[in-house]
Amino acid sequence: MSGLNHKELEALSLSVREHIVRMSTDGGCFIGASLSCADLLTYLYSNVLNVTPEMVHDPNRDYLLLSKGHDVPALYGTLAELGFIERERLRNHLKTNDSIYWHPNRAVAGVEFHSGSLGHLLSVAIGIALDIKMRGGSNRVFVILGDGELNEGSIWEGLLVAKAKKLDNLVLIVDRNAFQANIRTEDLIPLEPLAQKFEAFGCAVKRIDGHDFSQMDQAFSTFPFADGSPSLVIADTIRGKGLPSIEARADRWFVNFTPDEVGMLLEELHGRQASALTSETLMVR
Amino acid sequence: MTYEEQLLALALSDERIVVMTAENRAAIRNLPEKLGDRFIDVGIAEMTMVGAAAGLALRGRKPIIHALGTFLTLRAFEFIRNDVGIAQLPVIIVGGVPGFLSEANGPTHQAIEDISLMRGIPGINVFCPSDAEELVEALPDLFASNAPWYIRYYAGAPVREHVKQFEIGKAEVYRASSHAEEVDVTILTYGFLLGEALQAQEMLQAGGMKVNVVNLRTLVPIDEEALLQSAMRSQLVVTLEDHFKIGGLYSIAAEFFLREGLLPEVLPIALDGKWFKPTLLKDLLKHEGFTGPQIAEKIRQRFTEMQANAESNLGEYLSLN
Repeated sequence: MSGLNHKELEALSLSVREHIVRMSTDGGCFIGASLSCADLLTYLYSNVLNVTPEMVHDPNRDYLLLSKGHDVPALYGTLAELGFIERERLRNHLKTNDSIYWHPNRAVAGVEFHSGSLGHLLSVAIGIALDIKMRGGSNRVFVILGDGELNEGSIWEGLLVAKAKKLDNLVLIVDRNAFQANIRTEDLIPLEPLAQKFEAFGCAVKRIDGHDFSQMDQAFSTFPFADGSPSLVIADTIRGKGLPSIEARADRWFVNFTPDEVGMLLEELHGRQASALTSETLMVR
Repeated sequence: MTYEEQLLALALSDERIVVMTAENRAAIRNLPEKLGDRFIDVGIAEMTMVGAAAGLALRGRKPIIHALGTFLTLRAFEFIRNDVGIAQLPVIIVGGVPGFLSEANGPTHQAIEDISLMRGIPGINVFCPSDAEELVEALPDLFASNAPWYIRYYAGAPVREHVKQFEIGKAEVYRASSHAEEVDVTILTYGFLLGEALQAQEMLQAGGMKVNVVNLRTLVPIDEEALLQSAMRSQLVVTLEDHFKIGGLYSIAAEFFLREGLLPEVLPIALDGKWFKPTLLKDLLKHEGFTGPQIAEKIRQRFTEMQANAESNLGEYLSLN
């Protein structure tokens, strides 16, 4: 945790987004979901989590678990920018000489646990949080959940247990980008009114714009939101945030761009020129 | 010493041990007040229990988790595979009322593919105690191994004195006689059915046959030497289990024999693609043909057929020459 101002956070997020775009070629990645949670991850690692590259094995560190594992390029980008792993290592994305693939691998420094199958890491977080409570620790366990992931029954099972065990050292953050794999959440399995659902399950809930650092300053200033309850933040986000040409086709959840397209997207990311992506180039391939 | 007493003793001497249950307290009823916050009941939530056990293990704990074998290995299968198996965390998974022990509950409660599922996950070990004594004796070794385990829980009273100390990956052999190297039949088995196997052994031996009974104890890792000896030194190998024929001991033995290029005569006694009759244990054993006398009869019949075939083959051979 370094405590960055908003300008510094914006610069950090931009660098993380560059990493994400660079990982969207030569095999590709889940770009939309990665871009939607990039601001949240950069903020948490910079200004909230008590964890540094030197602390990855420290039992008193804060934990962050990426339950919707397909957004791992955002995590790897953040870990690279903050010195947990070398930036050059991201060039090994999907290569046999390393172990950086489409979902989190806990062999990579800073990654607390693997995921990929949705609905798992809330329960793993519950185990970590229970142990911290048993030892009287004050560290916290953050879990990034996808909104599509909320279809999984194990999430709701876990919420019941988290409340029953009064795990107020748990902080759950829903990346509410309004999409599941191919379809808007509200068009398939509607989640709203989501805050009320979580409140009914015993969470203390805040809802913020997941790209607004001022709102994050407020929401993440003190934990828990209520004694004896898991804290839960619904962060409204935009799938593909930062790249209007991707945002416009947010129903494409996995992409594999050509190097030329990556060049265009990097230009667009810096606000220089919109990418001339056609709907065909955004197809999964 | 009961399972509960052993678990308490181990937990009191090792603060890493955490006892968990998905509201199945039958075997650990007295532990909550004695272990305090190291006893965690998550309610009827097997997936959350397995995931939370993985989380506790990440923090250096050694969780031992309890629920019915079916719900654990089936409902929470992916959590066991992903969160315990991939990570190779030292979680001990205790599946209650496995196999025939679910008695009259019906097919939903019949854990008769549990071994198949658990041994299908790389790095998960499988222990099938044949009685409380074996279970209690093995527990410290399982914790000490620092590996994930599935225990096919059975804590009945011993039917016979054990002839070998527990050791991971080593079978216990009840020999036909102290000097018999070659035998007619070797019965390979595990768990609750050991008692029936020993009864069958007695009956067959009374009829003049030489029979070894091998109590395999751990199916992963399996005692390969015991399997090898069964194929090399007996005319008929019997695999006896209250499990589907697919994926359990019969499969383990078949895979081993094929790998070693062995073609022993094998009689599988298992549940062949069907659920067993939901009724009380004594009645269901009889109904399904798994009592000692019925097992003995199946073996005798097969052995007689083998001998008749051997004679007719010999006759054919002689007439051709």
